[in-house]
Amino acid sequence: MTCTEFIAQLDDLLEEKVPPTLKAELEEHLRGCEHCVITMNTTRKTIEIYRSHELYELPETLRVRLQKAILAKCKKC
Amino acid sequence: MPDIQTQGTEEVHPDVLLVNQAREGDVQAFEKLVKQYDRQVFRIAQHITQNREDAEDVVQDAFLKAYEKLDQFQGNSKFYTWLVRIAVNESLMRLRKRRTGKMVSIDEDVETDEGSMPRDLADWGPDPEMQYGQSELAEILRKTIQGLPPGFRTVFVLRDVEGLSTEETAETLGLSVPAVKSRLLRARLQLRERLSRYFRRNKRDGAK
Repeated sequence: MTCTEFIAQLDDLLEEKVPPTLKAELEEHLRGCEHCVITMNTTRKTIEIYRSHELYELPETLRVRLQKAILAKCKKC
Repeated sequence: MPDIQTQGTEEVHPDVLLVNQAREGDVQAFEKLVKQYDRQVFRIAQHITQNREDAEDVVQDAFLKAYEKLDQFQGNSKFYTWLVRIAVNESLMRLRKRRTGKMVSIDEDVETDEGSMPRDLADWGPDPEMQYGQSELAEILRKTIQGLPPGFRTVFVLRDVEGLSTEETAETLGLSVPAVKSRLLRARLQLRERLSRYFRRNKRDGAK
């Protein structure tokens, strides 16, 4: 298996959606390829970091203002 | 997530009950839907438009459009994914306006080769985000995702930040499942590559 072929399966591997035979082939590739190990681990970390950090929080005061504005318009519909 | 209720032998998502009540003019029922999803809509809009004022407008316009079009909601998709589709379209429209009429679509810049194969192969430390304070880290993450083309950014946000499935993302964006998968992989790899600038170990011992 080449690195390109490994990368093509990376998402499915990270989401544990690969069938056992293919998974064994991917793991075999990983045993001999440090670059793909790093790519896999850092890609997994990338996803985790974005999932665990709230980048755009809606402040409560703005939230209340938006809710009031939305419902006022809905009542006029 | 709201509990699923049963109605007869079929499971009915609580949103569907609220939508049905709202269709009959119950604004309080719609208010519950607004309170359930306004944070997510704001987040998605802010990610796509990269503009706070536009994101506020998108929240209002998306919910108002959803309310006006409740009769068109088929119920064969989740209310949330239907709402997100409206919010994404509104966001892309705002982004287009900001760019003074330049065409913006989720197909934009997706033909780039960037991210198709990793180049920066430096490893990261075990807790790379610990190198930065919370606000500095948030700024790095915002700046990094802002650099993605809108088509990649949108797919990444829906799949990895908001947790939609591949199929839901495809339905929401009007893309095929293979197109979503392709964009998601490249978005993830591009973000990884860009974050490596901040998170890599000091010595470049990963590249050969």
